[in-house]
Amino acid sequence: MATTSATLDVNGEAREFQGDPRQTLLDFLRLDLKLTGTKKGCDHGQCGACTVMVNGRRINSCLSLAIMHDGDQITTIEGIGTPENLAAIQRAFVSHDGFQCGYCTPGQICSATAMLKELADGWPSAVTEAVADTPAPSDEELRERMSGNLCRCGAYSNIIAAIREVMQSEEGA
Amino acid sequence: MSDSYDTPDQRNLLDQTAQGVIGQPLDRPEGALKACGQATYAAEHDLTNCAEGVLVGATIGCGRVVRIHRDEVLAMPGVLAIYADQAMLRRNAQGTAGEAPIQDVTTVDYYGQPVALVVAESFEQATAAAKALRVDYDVTTDADFDPAAVEYEPSEEADELGDLDRAMDEAAFSIDRTFTTEAHNSAAMEPHASIADWDGRKLTLYGSFQMLKYNVKELADSLGVAEKNVRILSPYIGGGFGSKLGISHDAVSAALAARELGRPVRVTLTRQQVFETITRRSETRQRLRLACDRQGRLTGIGHEAWVTNLPDEGFAEPVTQATKFLYAGQNRRLALSIGRVQLTTAGSVRAPGEAVGMQVLEAAMDEMAEAAGIDPIEFRKRNLPAELPGEGLPYSSRMLTEALDRGARSFGWDQRHQQPCQRREGEWWIGMGVASAARVNILSKAEARVTLRADGGVLVESDQTDLGTGSYAILGQIAAEMLGVPIDRTDVALGDSDLPAGAGSGGSWGATSTGSAVFRACEAIRATLAHKLSVDVDELRLKDGLANDRPVTELLDKDLVETGRIEPGKTMKDYSQASYGAFFCEAAVNAFTGETRIRRMTGAFGFGRVLNAKTARSQCLGGMVWGIGSALTEAMEFDHRTGRLMTHDLAEYHVPVHRDVPAIEVILLEERDTVASPLQAKGVGELGICGAAGAVANAIYNACGVRLHSFPMTPDKLVGRLPDPVGA
Repeated sequence: MATTSATLDVNGEAREFQGDPRQTLLDFLRLDLKLTGTKKGCDHGQCGACTVMVNGRRINSCLSLAIMHDGDQITTIEGIGTPENLAAIQRAFVSHDGFQCGYCTPGQICSATAMLKELADGWPSAVTEAVADTPAPSDEELRERMSGNLCRCGAYSNIIAAIREVMQSEEGA
Repeated sequence: MSDSYDTPDQRNLLDQTAQGVIGQPLDRPEGALKACGQATYAAEHDLTNCAEGVLVGATIGCGRVVRIHRDEVLAMPGVLAIYADQAMLRRNAQGTAGEAPIQDVTTVDYYGQPVALVVAESFEQATAAAKALRVDYDVTTDADFDPAAVEYEPSEEADELGDLDRAMDEAAFSIDRTFTTEAHNSAAMEPHASIADWDGRKLTLYGSFQMLKYNVKELADSLGVAEKNVRILSPYIGGGFGSKLGISHDAVSAALAARELGRPVRVTLTRQQVFETITRRSETRQRLRLACDRQGRLTGIGHEAWVTNLPDEGFAEPVTQATKFLYAGQNRRLALSIGRVQLTTAGSVRAPGEAVGMQVLEAAMDEMAEAAGIDPIEFRKRNLPAELPGEGLPYSSRMLTEALDRGARSFGWDQRHQQPCQRREGEWWIGMGVASAARVNILSKAEARVTLRADGGVLVESDQTDLGTGSYAILGQIAAEMLGVPIDRTDVALGDSDLPAGAGSGGSWGATSTGSAVFRACEAIRATLAHKLSVDVDELRLKDGLANDRPVTELLDKDLVETGRIEPGKTMKDYSQASYGAFFCEAAVNAFTGETRIRRMTGAFGFGRVLNAKTARSQCLGGMVWGIGSALTEAMEFDHRTGRLMTHDLAEYHVPVHRDVPAIEVILLEERDTVASPLQAKGVGELGICGAAGAVANAIYNACGVRLHSFPMTPDKLVGRLPDPVGA
């Protein structure tokens, strides 16, 4: 089997990929780098548990090969905060009980982080009234934009509450 | 003290204690780990030199494996071995089985059933090899794949009282309806996974399981090894909902391969394999007959259900379980029949019985109330029996009336139009529906160890699992409350089969049962402390590390360790025990397309003492989200020619997503049920789903005037029956 190599910036650290070109970014993170915070829920881009940010944009890391990311900046849940130093959104997820089993949670948090930037940048969604306008940060907008991240425990309304708290504290800041 | 719970504990000790943490909406202690991706799930334990196994599923629905073309795959890069061992599981274990399920994968019972395991150095190599593996089959051509085309036989003796046929004939009002529900999959976010690691004769298995004390027995029996040589670790579980009650294919195949290869092996089911091979909730057909007099008092109630399973499976979805105790009616017939099909094993999925039984009963109750011309809330309240029909047993406690009333006020039920098609907003018909919630309450045998350390801290230990249910939080709160220790000095260790055997997570009994064991261990420690202080235990006051105003550490020259035990006793037999509640739903039905959107929901629930208001609320929320899925989208759809599951992933089997779920209001009613447990708490893990989809169905009717008798209520079923969208 041919091996290939690439250098990825993962959470600010240069990491060498040298391996099977069939390996997904998700499996590279989980198996090779031991960054198991990024979860595998379906391996088919259907659940969002594997969401990470690549150059600031959220993707399903199961649908992307590691070798494709030479030079890319990857941010995983481990790059967002630690139990000793929680990011505001992680703190909000804990206090609003934005999870039960916790398996979809890193994906929800990575997705929400990138989503808030998309919203601030004025990207429209399927529920935006007029695509040229700045989208209103309504619950409906948040729900639509988070719908790629499934939660079988059904913590959805708590997740939206957590995201809203972060939005409000950022407005206040 | 006897282990069994024979007489109601009316001391309500947790109301006398002083720490003030019981019931509080505290954050989960493991919350920060989960939010940072640092909670370690089954597939994530880091073992050196771990090989990767991928299961190969059958591409026939029924038959035998006649040849596996091993050689061409063994020659592929990195491939270490192919297993098609007699010991590999053909079916996963049912909940609380405690013994090996049906093994031997040379026979194929259902489409997708594992027939081989391919192990390779890397996951990519194993995946490629598993895909390449050719298997020849001898196909059984006359297998039954269609539940509508098989014979059914009684699964148990029918529960009959009086004369239902006569009650129907003589009723002032009656309905006779047949409903259908589709098969469901738990679809927990974490696929089943196991890493097996042998040290000589001892196996350590990192897995994702709900009930370790049973899982150890199942695994040991499947492998033919002694139970003492099997240790299971499941500190974090990415959702279970019944699907991880028993061991499954990954555990046994990983253990067999690891033993042969002399190195750790990881096996993770693919998402498709989770759908195809892990226990489903049976589809159901349910006939509901209700009869009432002119005053709207039920005189007859009939609930007959038809479900399926594979041959030789003892489990039959107990559809009529809540109908037994929920409503009055002196003429009754409850019956359950089972048919045998070659489809994925049927077993427990969140709230077996009530989940699909209650939604149908509650939809029928709405029709009955309408036929009798009575508000559906009033109709329900009018038909609550004074004692268990036919048995004369008292109810331990029942907050159903309160839940209906409180929920109605908060939801704004008085805004509902009695007639359907009265409220239209743009393209949408808007309607409101109500349903009762009910789920049997069960106390299960449990053990837990509590240590009051010489430094004043507390450690709670049990093999109890936390599926997201809140075990880590509430077991700590019980101990902190009982021993007067600050919550941040209370540690909880769970999910290790070497620890005392808790009740396990399932049947909504984990918190109350294992919690009661923790309670009793703490009682023993309290007795010791009282003795050391030379006071009566009733005079003991424990708070913030002080025992009757003395630092508790002054009383401790060493750790105090106690094991608490509880078993179900006479209280389980002498009373009808259940948790209750009520659901309210506002739904919008598109007048043109038949699409249904849930606009808001309220649930009010009474389940005894609330142990943690935050995690309990989340359980209720989650259950209601399942209700939305069951009402509108979830269906395992099989090709009845081949037995193949066509909705075998999350793009085809539609669980609710963010946008399907509105803000949901949850009202927790304060209640003490002294019969249920010494905690005065009952189960809550499944209550939120039990009837929720009925409220949705009733809201759909109230919106657009269409009564569907088929769940899920997808647009295709509604669209041809809607009123003229522009003529109204």
